[in-house]
Amino acid sequence: MSTREVGRPTGPTDTFLPRSGNPPLAVDAGRRGLLKIGALGAAGLVIGFAVPLDAFAQPAQVKATLPQPNAFLRIAPNGEITVLLAHSEMGQGVWTALPMLIAEELEADWSKIKVEHAPAGAPYAHTAFGIQMTGGSTTTASEFERYRQVGAMARVMLQEAAAAKFGVPVAQVRAQNGFMIAGDQRAGYGELAEAAAKLTPPATVALKHPKDWKLIGHATRRLDSPEKISGRAQFGMDVQFDGLKTAVVARSPVFGGKLKRFDGAAALRIEGVRAVVEVPSGVAVVADNFWFAKRGRDALEIEWDLGPNAALDTEALTSSYQRLAAGNGTPAATVGDASKAMADAKSVIEAEYVVPFLAHAPMEPLNCTVKIGEGTCEIWTGTQFQTVDQGAAAKILGLEPDKVEIHTMFLGGGFGRRANPVSDFVSEAVHIAKAAKLPVKTVWTREDDIRGGYYRPMFLHRAKIGIGEDGMPLAWQQHIVGESIMAGTPFEPMMVKDGIDATSVEGIADSPYLKSVAHHRIALTSPQNGVPVLWWRSVGHSHTAFVMETLIDELARAADRDPVEYRMELLKGHPRHLGVLWLAADKAQWGETLPAGRARGIAVHESFGSFVAQVAEVSIEDGKVRVHRVVCAIDCGMVVNPAGVRAQMESGVVFGLGAALHSEVTFANGRVQQSNFHDYEVLRLHEMPVVEVHIVPSTENPGGAGEPGTPPIAPAVANALYALTGRRLRRLPIALAAGEVA
Amino acid sequence: MQLKVNGETREVAAPDDMPLLWALRDVLGLTGTKFGCGIAQCGVCTVHVDGKPLRACVTPLKAVMGKSITTIEGLSRDNSHPVQRAWAEVDVVQCGYCQSGQIMAAAALLEVKPDPSDADIDAALSGNLCRCGTYQRIREAVHRAAELAS
Repeated sequence: MSTREVGRPTGPTDTFLPRSGNPPLAVDAGRRGLLKIGALGAAGLVIGFAVPLDAFAQPAQVKATLPQPNAFLRIAPNGEITVLLAHSEMGQGVWTALPMLIAEELEADWSKIKVEHAPAGAPYAHTAFGIQMTGGSTTTASEFERYRQVGAMARVMLQEAAAAKFGVPVAQVRAQNGFMIAGDQRAGYGELAEAAAKLTPPATVALKHPKDWKLIGHATRRLDSPEKISGRAQFGMDVQFDGLKTAVVARSPVFGGKLKRFDGAAALRIEGVRAVVEVPSGVAVVADNFWFAKRGRDALEIEWDLGPNAALDTEALTSSYQRLAAGNGTPAATVGDASKAMADAKSVIEAEYVVPFLAHAPMEPLNCTVKIGEGTCEIWTGTQFQTVDQGAAAKILGLEPDKVEIHTMFLGGGFGRRANPVSDFVSEAVHIAKAAKLPVKTVWTREDDIRGGYYRPMFLHRAKIGIGEDGMPLAWQQHIVGESIMAGTPFEPMMVKDGIDATSVEGIADSPYLKSVAHHRIALTSPQNGVPVLWWRSVGHSHTAFVMETLIDELARAADRDPVEYRMELLKGHPRHLGVLWLAADKAQWGETLPAGRARGIAVHESFGSFVAQVAEVSIEDGKVRVHRVVCAIDCGMVVNPAGVRAQMESGVVFGLGAALHSEVTFANGRVQQSNFHDYEVLRLHEMPVVEVHIVPSTENPGGAGEPGTPPIAPAVANALYALTGRRLRRLPIALAAGEVA
Repeated sequence: MQLKVNGETREVAAPDDMPLLWALRDVLGLTGTKFGCGIAQCGVCTVHVDGKPLRACVTPLKAVMGKSITTIEGLSRDNSHPVQRAWAEVDVVQCGYCQSGQIMAAAALLEVKPDPSDADIDAALSGNLCRCGTYQRIREAVHRAAELAS
């Protein structure tokens, strides 16, 4: 099969078709707070909102920040329209999707749209989380209303300005592709912008009926493509200015280790090295460029107090998790009496799963540039967590947060690593610039990144499922063991309830399958072992989908039922699960015979407000798992940019498949055993399956797209391998047995 | 030391064992060529030296003296190279960080294989990592670039 034709939307289900029947959406523009019209002189019309600061995830340091004049939209006299992003572009496509929302309502000329990251500031707080951040696959859902409102308000004001200019009633003025038109009179948005800025903003705006959308729902090419294919796009790594130095840091080889003593004399003799400074995370060598700084670091003599984790060892950790899993744990979901009901089971499945620590390994290694002035600080970095980073920098420097200016650069991948509740890479860079008394770009090497922690935690699951006469599960016990990513962070009060970190059990405690299991008990134990952990693309779903969807497959096989049909019975009453399950199975020719040596596996999982089913077609070639084809069906509600959703499904599959086949961080003698892409392996191009994406037409509210494509791929592949080999795979990364590699 | 970069001879004040990557980025300010691994495992630093693809992160300056170096900035002035045109048409990029290297590797492939098969593309580009997972569109775009160039 040629790869050129596949993956392109073809059939009616592939194309997002807004259905008619919804009333036009009228919203109160002032509902979220006071509308601000800022004066930008000749720059034209500026529109923004001030968001109330009482949202729930408000770290204390942010409360000190008062609402300030800000903008989501600028219309220049020459007609150029600049959209300011409250969210960070890290590959997921918000650089295109958010401007589409504004341009739709503004009736803008798409070719005149320019995009910028907004500065860090309260007006750009996430509409649900209350801080400026990008994560949880929430950007489109959270901005679907706000960005359309901005566009609609600007359009109304431009219409009023045009009416005054033309001398006609407003009702006679229509907006079309960047112009206001009445009869034979027309004026471009640029020439109306200044007059429009002086008008009182509308108290309410009516948003367009979905049937009238010209941009939303239509595949649209990325606006950041030209600068990213010319090499001009500016990532944090690319920041340069006169006087800027580069730092590389020596950190403890064991998590939790402390600096005992160091000698920087040899490092200071290296050409280009300007300073060697001690910071809380270790010793930083500051030099004229990266190469000199790295050489300087190599010349450091350091003695570490390795601390309590110097014996950390993956095998020992696995054994300790096994012992913990034998205990009761803290209940996360309990219905009926699973222990008692187990006695009525006709047969029982018992299984133990282990998934490893995982590094995010974004292609752009972490970096952060800091320039400290008199009572001010400027930071240039790729971050998903502006408010948190701003607060952390301010605290280190004894400044008010609003004195810390953050320039968000393009992110060379994020996957959660650039949203750190403790601002590790930003805080460290601020400490270095402060100690060196120089503007400094702190750069992580790939080894620093792979060994630097903030991993997806290792998890061990122990499950015991009792099967009834009808082949369906009647009792289900499962104990999940793994570090909490929320414990000890400002998010703990919100995310950890009654000893349960919701992100450790999401996808299981709330599984739709368990709704039909009368007796179940899901328990959690969250040990602390000193390894810094963090959300990793799809968070808890990255392991819970693997466990649930392989267990369901096992139950189906035990009942001698087709895995799709068995799921459909269990998922009655969950139409969106059923919709993607059926669509993926249908498009993948489920049930049709494959050539010898090939097999299919399926998985379906809900995460981040979206529903995804994937069918993987696999074989074993040259002793390795080969995934030939992945058919992916997604229901993410209303779609803004189908091209973006398609890309994110391909992306999610690649990210999850690389982890399932290759990636793990392991420990011996307290040290991370991997260091770079030769031993922390990720998916490469020659392993890329053909991925076909099918989008379910929907009028539901938008869900996420950045993460939901990742969870189903590991179980879909593992289930396909079971069909091929008859062996259940319960550990990731997948390791074939000796008899299977021939 | 002098380097011939993108058709210009540039004076570079750097020791001759400095990797070409850091001379390009930190000394000459050509930041289109990226740093990803430092050990020739990811391909984001791919440049052309006398027309052949090369990992700048492990290539000392002394190895490229007198040779003709092309970076992404020198591939075209206006994204008009067939590979760049194909990349735009197919909408390949996501975060974009690996794409300079992908494009340089693809352009070098097309110089020796004007109509590459999928296997040729796999062989030439499997050393270029992409964590966003744009691989499928990369394959499609390389085929498209071959059409545009012919």
